[in-house]
Amino acid sequence: MDRITLGVDTFGDVMVDEKGRPLGEAASLRHVLEEGIVADQTGLDVFAVGEHHRDDYAISAPETLLAGLATRTQGIHLSSAVTVLSSDDPVRVYQRFATVDALSDGRAEVILGRGSFTESFPLFGYSLEDYEVLFEEKLGMWIELMKEQPVTWSGSTRPGLQDAQVYPRTDHEGGIPTWIGVGGSPQSVVRAAAHGLPLMLAIIGGEPQRFAPYVDLFHRAADQLGVARQRVGMHSHGHIAATDEQALEEYWPAYRAHNARLGAERGWPAMTKEHFLQEVEHGALYVGSPRTVAEKMVRNIRALDVQRFDFIYTAGQNLPSLRRQSVELYGSQVVPMVREMLADSERSGEDTAS
Amino acid sequence: MSGDSAGSSAPIRTLGILGAGKVGTVLARRALEAGYEVLISGSGDPAAIALITSVLAPGARAVRPEEAAREADAVILALPLGRFRELPVEALRGTLVIDAMNHWWETDGASEELGGPAASTSELVQEHLAGARVVKALNHMGYHDLDERALPAGDPDRLAIAIAGAPDDADRAARLIDALGFDPLVIGDLRSGVRLQPFAGAFGAATDREGLARIIEEFPRTERGREVLAALEPAALEPAAGGNGSMDA
Repeated sequence: MDRITLGVDTFGDVMVDEKGRPLGEAASLRHVLEEGIVADQTGLDVFAVGEHHRDDYAISAPETLLAGLATRTQGIHLSSAVTVLSSDDPVRVYQRFATVDALSDGRAEVILGRGSFTESFPLFGYSLEDYEVLFEEKLGMWIELMKEQPVTWSGSTRPGLQDAQVYPRTDHEGGIPTWIGVGGSPQSVVRAAAHGLPLMLAIIGGEPQRFAPYVDLFHRAADQLGVARQRVGMHSHGHIAATDEQALEEYWPAYRAHNARLGAERGWPAMTKEHFLQEVEHGALYVGSPRTVAEKMVRNIRALDVQRFDFIYTAGQNLPSLRRQSVELYGSQVVPMVREMLADSERSGEDTAS
Repeated sequence: MSGDSAGSSAPIRTLGILGAGKVGTVLARRALEAGYEVLISGSGDPAAIALITSVLAPGARAVRPEEAAREADAVILALPLGRFRELPVEALRGTLVIDAMNHWWETDGASEELGGPAASTSELVQEHLAGARVVKALNHMGYHDLDERALPAGDPDRLAIAIAGAPDDADRAARLIDALGFDPLVIGDLRSGVRLQPFAGAFGAATDREGLARIIEEFPRTERGREVLAALEPAALEPAAGGNGSMDA
């Protein structure tokens, strides 16, 4: 297979100091910038940042942060994860990413999604009732914008365009590389295939191999529609330390608090330690030593046959030092191990296949 | 077969699943594994879910909602709750209908009717589906657990699924839950289903029958329980305060 794309991802969780006091949003953003630089130095393929509009996350404008990173990094691709296109203007989003692309010499990427939080809708004057139509219409417009030709478009969620050229244009053929992020709705998977864009699966709970049929669905939908098969990626949460025990100990308190807060908002109970350990053992969490995390990644990369894996190295309020440690160990140890194991299994796969 | 009288006792062989999303496709797989014939529907034209069905629930037959409703011995509702008023009333008359729906803002929009403390959503569904035999079940367990953790009867690790509804209907649903790989726990009438909704302790619970029963009995003594019971029926708070463990909301 082609060389797998391996990245890291953060939603910019507001951080705390050694005494557990919040560092504030501005300081948290500066730390994320440093983490992006570390990710670049360790040779990672992608640094991706989420968009949220809540007090637990500092990043609301991914592309502004990415613009900062564009001027201080060399090779790493700079992506959103995800851009909540539904509550933004596709033309403005495209312009901003095209600007990042110019500053980074062609390293900007976008993952578009519906978003899994409500806050951006009232903030920008949109109604949650229009959740589906906003995304579908704006995604359709985005795909027109990617051609970087004069756009003619009309819809119900935004004034139409007539032969409008949008600037700046990028040097990319096919425009800004764009992925579609989905949670677990089969309909979303089929729609993504219909748009001819690669698919990013958010696998944040349960057994990852259960998503294999979704990958199959994505490819078969493309075949049925007569469009080219596209790549599939996955992103999942985790934390890396020298030992499994240390990683669990460092990760669990912040993860528990984070999960409890989301649960309280959505109506599910607080996660037990037992459930957490179950997720680490069999589920979607990659918490442990570099070897433990690498082995689990390889298992699931192969089970799902994905071409990209983004490691979400933060969940909840944690120390900047622990976040940085996770990025460093991922880039310097996990990624080389994953590449080696994949190459080995590829070779042995060839042997047994003959 | 869904005649008014025969429907209440006949064994379930054909299961209709309305909704081909995450939950609907997981339940279709479970039901196929348990040996049921499965009819699954999306919002209309079966062609729209043919591929999804063939990949995610091979063996299930994609049909129109009316056909699933008319031909199945029992029907599971796994569509977005906000669309319950589109359900075919006539085709479901006399049929056992298992309401596995919950209010989610992503699909329903923000709704006081469906998400407020006074919302007893399966009762709303029953009001719409006059003549159907509605029970609430399969809504409180996450779809990962439904997918991954079905076990044969008697397994010590078997998880429980609570059922709220009229006794005969709940018993019939209980046999289905058992066949799907979970221990059924009948908790009371349809209104007691508020104990299984989002923000109640049982919501998201993946535990055994005893543990689930305990969580559900706790409901009136929880903050959400007090809020819900006060909103539904202020007087209902008083017996609960005495801790008599009544399972009816």
